[in-house]
Amino acid sequence: MLKGGVIMDVTNADQARIAEKAGAVAVMALERVPADIRAQGGVARMSDPLMIKEIQKTVTIPVMAKCRIGHFVEAQVLQALEIDYIDESEVLTPADEQFHVDKSKFTTPFVCGARNLGEALRRINEGAAMVRTKGEPGTGNIVEAIRHIRAINSEIDALKSTDVSVKAKEYRVPVDLIKQVAKLGRLPVVNFAAGGIATPADAALCMQLGVDGVFVGSGIFKSADPAKRAKAIVDATAHFNDASKIAKASEGLGDAMKGLEISSMPEDQRMAKRGV
Amino acid sequence: MKIGILALQGGVIEHIHAAREAARNLDIGCEIIEVRTKKHLEGLDGLIIPGGESTVLQKLCQREGIFEEIKKVPAIFGTCAGAIFIAKKINNRESEQKTLELMDIEVDRNGYGRQNESFEQDLDTTLGKIHAIFIRAPRIKSIGSGVKIIAKNKNEIVACEEHVGKNFYLVTCFHPELSTSKFHEYFLNFLR
Repeated sequence: MLKGGVIMDVTNADQARIAEKAGAVAVMALERVPADIRAQGGVARMSDPLMIKEIQKTVTIPVMAKCRIGHFVEAQVLQALEIDYIDESEVLTPADEQFHVDKSKFTTPFVCGARNLGEALRRINEGAAMVRTKGEPGTGNIVEAIRHIRAINSEIDALKSTDVSVKAKEYRVPVDLIKQVAKLGRLPVVNFAAGGIATPADAALCMQLGVDGVFVGSGIFKSADPAKRAKAIVDATAHFNDASKIAKASEGLGDAMKGLEISSMPEDQRMAKRGV
Repeated sequence: MKIGILALQGGVIEHIHAAREAARNLDIGCEIIEVRTKKHLEGLDGLIIPGGESTVLQKLCQREGIFEEIKKVPAIFGTCAGAIFIAKKINNRESEQKTLELMDIEVDRNGYGRQNESFEQDLDTTLGKIHAIFIRAPRIKSIGSGVKIIAKNKNEIVACEEHVGKNFYLVTCFHPELSTSKFHEYFLNFLR
């Protein structure tokens, strides 16, 4: 049960150990954090199974790993490795511009990114067990994740006063799924924040806006003191409504990752646009 | 009656709903508190420890200084990670992992394997028939002589209870809060 927890990107066994000690509910095993993928360019693919296995051996908490959007063979490989969750992720270079993985064919649960309710529901309809905002990965800038959280919240709210069959057509999902969301007043699966979280206050901001937990990618291991920052983000997520505790968690963490201004970023460098 | 739900991480809202439903079904007044700090533990009749990551629950409780305080609550109901958290002995633990060591059971963490070994099962229990949802569940390896079995899945104990003096401990390996309020009713009824 991942709810209320922090999932951390790690690139080796040492980082995984730091994450577990800090109180991560799970780790995401990947070869390069999004900030490095962004900086180095080239095609980003599924991680080396050997590295994933080392991380699985190192920690007792769940281990997630990423496959490229639509790359169902990478997903099969990750399932064969007994990974706990597969993240079909826009952080990697998409393999299929038309189709996502048919997640209903897998026993391993999937998490997928979404910018809005339509994307979230299409992924759930494909079999995703968990949704996360896309944010803008590797930027250390929370603005896109907040945009996506607010979009999903307001679009769910709007279902109350709109014709569900019109929405079903617009979102290209079954009417029953729309009805279920309208009735619940939330997504039928957990929704985490991801993309650009760099500080304890960032994590608590997302939690106060109603997400079920947070992913932190580059924000931890691209900062000055990863162990301290990781623990601080876990503490702020657990006590997200308690400003004095968030203040205490935020003390003396050293430099956060430098980060990028997204409005000046060229359109073709934006990962969130991948896989709608 | 005042019931707390440990709310630092895990399936908190589901337990709040199940506890509310149980109180309604039993027609008893029950105040439900989300427990995050020491002061939330004051005057509790019982505490529910939800499913989550047992290592995370421990760390957050220790950082908050409530790890020892929780032991003073007279009745505790632990589900999934909550069962690990109150067990006297656990296996497959993280190197620094500790539990409250309140209930005389031995538990294997991740006893059924990884996430895709999660499963659902209809069970006969001493509380009636239920639909049980196991998510990366712990496995109860053995129980002490004072522990009473509530449910088995095939030959494995998946729910049990123990009275230790005036204290009462109840655990399930599965997530009753997702499918039934029977266990919450049993817990509240004991406290009545």
